[in-house]
Amino acid sequence: MHSTNKVLIFVFIMTALVAIALAGMFTFLKPIHQANEAVYNKRAILTAVEKQLSTPLSTLSDEQVQEIFDNQIKQKVVDMNGNLLTEEEVIATGYPRGKAEDLDMKAERKKSDSDRLLPFYTYTTDKGEKYYIVSVRGNGLWDEIWGNIALGEDLTTIKGVAFDHAAETPGLGAEIKDNPAWANKFVGKSFYDDSGMWRPIQVVKGAIPEGSTYKVDAITGATITAVGVEEMLDRGLQYYEPYFEKLKS
Amino acid sequence: MAEVAVKEKEGIKFGKKERKLITDPLNDNNPITVQVLGICSALAVTTLLNKAIVMSIAVVFVCAAASLITSLLRNSIPNQVRMIVQLVIIATLVTIVELSLKAINYPIYKELSVFIGLIITNCIVMGRLEAFAMANSPYKAFLDGVGNGLGYGLILILVAAVREFFGKGSLLNFKIIGGTPEYLLNTNEIAWLTWYQPNNLMVLFPSAMFVIGVLIWMHRAWNPKLVDIS
Repeated sequence: MHSTNKVLIFVFIMTALVAIALAGMFTFLKPIHQANEAVYNKRAILTAVEKQLSTPLSTLSDEQVQEIFDNQIKQKVVDMNGNLLTEEEVIATGYPRGKAEDLDMKAERKKSDSDRLLPFYTYTTDKGEKYYIVSVRGNGLWDEIWGNIALGEDLTTIKGVAFDHAAETPGLGAEIKDNPAWANKFVGKSFYDDSGMWRPIQVVKGAIPEGSTYKVDAITGATITAVGVEEMLDRGLQYYEPYFEKLKS
Repeated sequence: MAEVAVKEKEGIKFGKKERKLITDPLNDNNPITVQVLGICSALAVTTLLNKAIVMSIAVVFVCAAASLITSLLRNSIPNQVRMIVQLVIIATLVTIVELSLKAINYPIYKELSVFIGLIITNCIVMGRLEAFAMANSPYKAFLDGVGNGLGYGLILILVAAVREFFGKGSLLNFKIIGGTPEYLLNTNEIAWLTWYQPNNLMVLFPSAMFVIGVLIWMHRAWNPKLVDIS
């Protein structure tokens, strides 16, 4: 009886101490974590237009990233019907700051088509050229994959992509993020054909005909991830199509 | 009660015995190449050198701190629940590491996240607590923890260096061999042996198995003490 009490007291005290210590640490570090995550996401968005930056993204400090984001990027929230949402409307849907960068893409993906919100960024270079950045999300082999796609002013040509993934295999599926040469293959591709009809970008096996504007060579050994990228681009870009149409007219 | 007897021997000095606590796990009793523990994470986090270094630091910290705390508490931990107590100590420390890393270097945290959490199940840590820290003074247990963490880290860094060098042609993300691909924006980087085509197999998990296997073989060939064990 005595020893059982001792065990109980010991376990109780230990659990309480550990719980207090960890909860305290978590609360204390939370603002830093959130700030880090915000900068990380901003870097991911800027990666799509990295070619247009005057210095490589990896050499920029967090403050510089923040500065570019504040000065050269305009963010908007649009819905699936191509309507632009005001800040108040976004706040009403549960994002306290009402900004596109706060959108939880994972949660938005699960919403029904009529409720889904989409972030839309406009990046203006030092020379005054405009690039539009949209976000897409889909499934890879093991878990979700997502990406930011930079489009030219015509809203049909891809100027840069930045993919990321939750748990793809290093050396295979993870190459969508780790291998900038692969992301580079999307540059110049278009998701409209010459007559202006929707024609999804294809990630295919084997050689790509020279000058093809919609085919991209897949990654060896990462078939499912490549299929996921193709599906994600097709579906994700179509979400934005109504808004593109409005912008063009 | 028994503390008085133990107290006599305690004292912070760094003699031959203490040095052996650190060096033994590095060589004769290496957790990975001799005891073959902690292989899981050794396969997973060794694709890049910087990941392996961060992981090593994390394991050295967890292993040393867990040994120290367990040893300090060893006389008051009820025997019936000692494994659970050890697990709570390890899990707490790992969570501290995870939260700190998230605040210090978010990109590395993103790459390692799940494997930092898996230090909890790393057999090396729990094994040292059960085998050494429960029966030795805090100072000795601390040194033993540091030694085993370093022994694990040493192999991790060796494997990662080989894999990153041949798999990506770089070390610490700095391009060394192989051609400079056109996608790199900072083209002033100089790389030797531009004909070398980075071998993608080295980035995949099976190559870690090969590299660790070769390391074990080399270790045994080099250290005659190990041959008698088998």
